[in-house]
Amino acid sequence: MIHNRTVIEARPAPTHTIGPVAWLRANLFSGPINTILSLAAIYLLVSLLVPTIQWAFIDADWVGTSRDDCSREGACWVFINARIGQFIYGLYPRHEIWRVNVTFGLFAVLIAWLAIPRLPLKRWVAVATLVVFPFVAFALLYGGRFGLPVVETHRWGGLMLTLVLAVVGMVAALPIGTLLALGRRSKMPIVKSFSVIFIEFWRGVPLITVLFMASVMLPLFLPTGMNVDRLVRALIGITLFQSAYMAEVIRGGLQAIPRGQEEAAAALGMGYWKRMGLIVLPQALKMMIPGIVNTFISLFKDTTLVMIIGLFDLLGIVQAALSDSRWLGFSVEGYAFAALVFWIFCFSMSRYSQYLERKLHTGHKR
Amino acid sequence: MSEQAISQSNATTPMVEMRGVNKWYGDFHVLRDINLSVKRGERIVICGPSGSGKSTMIRCINHLEEHQQGEIEVAGLALTQDVKRIEEIRRHVGMVFQHFNLFPHLTVLENCCLAQMWVQKKPRREAERMAMQYLERVKIAEQARKYPGQLSGGQQQRVAIARSLCMHPEVMLFDEPTSALDPEMIKEVLDVMVELAEEGMTMLCVTHEMGFAKTVADRVIFMDQGQIIEENAPEPFFNNPQSERTQLFLSQILGH
Repeated sequence: MIHNRTVIEARPAPTHTIGPVAWLRANLFSGPINTILSLAAIYLLVSLLVPTIQWAFIDADWVGTSRDDCSREGACWVFINARIGQFIYGLYPRHEIWRVNVTFGLFAVLIAWLAIPRLPLKRWVAVATLVVFPFVAFALLYGGRFGLPVVETHRWGGLMLTLVLAVVGMVAALPIGTLLALGRRSKMPIVKSFSVIFIEFWRGVPLITVLFMASVMLPLFLPTGMNVDRLVRALIGITLFQSAYMAEVIRGGLQAIPRGQEEAAAALGMGYWKRMGLIVLPQALKMMIPGIVNTFISLFKDTTLVMIIGLFDLLGIVQAALSDSRWLGFSVEGYAFAALVFWIFCFSMSRYSQYLERKLHTGHKR
Repeated sequence: MSEQAISQSNATTPMVEMRGVNKWYGDFHVLRDINLSVKRGERIVICGPSGSGKSTMIRCINHLEEHQQGEIEVAGLALTQDVKRIEEIRRHVGMVFQHFNLFPHLTVLENCCLAQMWVQKKPRREAERMAMQYLERVKIAEQARKYPGQLSGGQQQRVAIARSLCMHPEVMLFDEPTSALDPEMIKEVLDVMVELAEEGMTMLCVTHEMGFAKTVADRVIFMDQGQIIEENAPEPFFNNPQSERTQLFLSQILGH
């Protein structure tokens, strides 16, 4: 039996199933309870955001030199403006600031070089960053070489100090953590127990305690006359502390690599360090990225604790500025500024790690 | 002595020699008094039920597993605890694994070049030439720039064989090379292994491919519960097995 069939013309989709209105209906107002929750959430958002924007931007004072210029209702960004030099460079001498700028400019270029995939000579740049740059940076920041006047570390402060603490901590903790993680998996009893004890000790004490010990107790044990710089003591404390955390992140990554990988490398005649360096670690690194970045981010924020041993990092110097009698009462602006700076750095790290993960996972997933 | 001189002087000594080898996993006795002598150029197939210690036995030869008693010699070199000696022996021994164990973060070509460059210290160009030569031989040269994850199981196993051959081993160990493969890919791997056998490579294969055993093996070894139960040339081994356990095993795997 043959049916006659006519072809129906294509019609536009009904407006109540596509478009923003439909989306809203499906996702926010699909039932009485959802509607109530959505309305409550919108009310909360509006009642929080509107005054914040009003305070931070619309009613804010931006230009001026003293608190008298802050006549309006909103935030007094004049305070930040007036103190920005100190927030970034601490008490570093004004006419030597170029040295800080050059150091961090150089660092930014090196990191960008490593971060942007298209640029060549990655291996050499990595070596330069890890081996050469620390010496250059120290010579530039501390001085005493090449005719640069010495700038004692107690004059370092602000964002600059935060970055020094964070970068040194990250760069040193990664290799030490890797060695500890390998040590913990080692079959050699002494290496293994040393690693386990080291990791468990440092993971078990709070960073504040570590910093206190480094600043108060360490000098008691050192021979008289020998004096280790306070910043160096803090750096050692932070590095050892973070190495222990890093070691556990890396160990997790190492455990995810099948045993067959190491066996295949061994069967090809590779020794331990080649097996680790060429086969196991490169694969584990991919899996460890979220964990490593997480540790980096927490390290970056933990640097604020050096405040308690009298080093003025970004947060410390903002706080010090708040107690200046000429600028009393601007703590909200100060803390908001510090929070914003920290957030920018941490968020950038987080975004880059996500990008890296996506990039490394294309094509050769098993 | 140069390496060549060593291998010449050893032309008559066995390629692999195991004497009274015993191994335990805790209380479990995995290998019991293994005595095995493999001549240069000999092709040996090892079969037996799972858990009989076949893989463990060949993995002892390149010290992927440690034996607790007895002596093992490879190419005249006694296997000791010394790391240098172990690495030296591994340079004489190639190995192919059940699960291929290719390095997933490297391309096929890099998989074949890595050990040449880092163990044999060859320049990249020479290593790549060698790699391409062997990839050609296992008929997979056109995939050289791909990553292992982009290849089929059979292709991956052929790459693994090429990777091992690049190091010019004197003896090849195959640890169930076709057990993880889909049936239609087994033949392409076996073909490569047959070819290798015909070229005179010394081979120890743990496999259940009895067809392969019949065509290329000089000797078939049957293992059960950590012991070598029976060893014979393929023809008498399959047609006239001596021990009851061998008969049972053969009837199970050839029966259907």
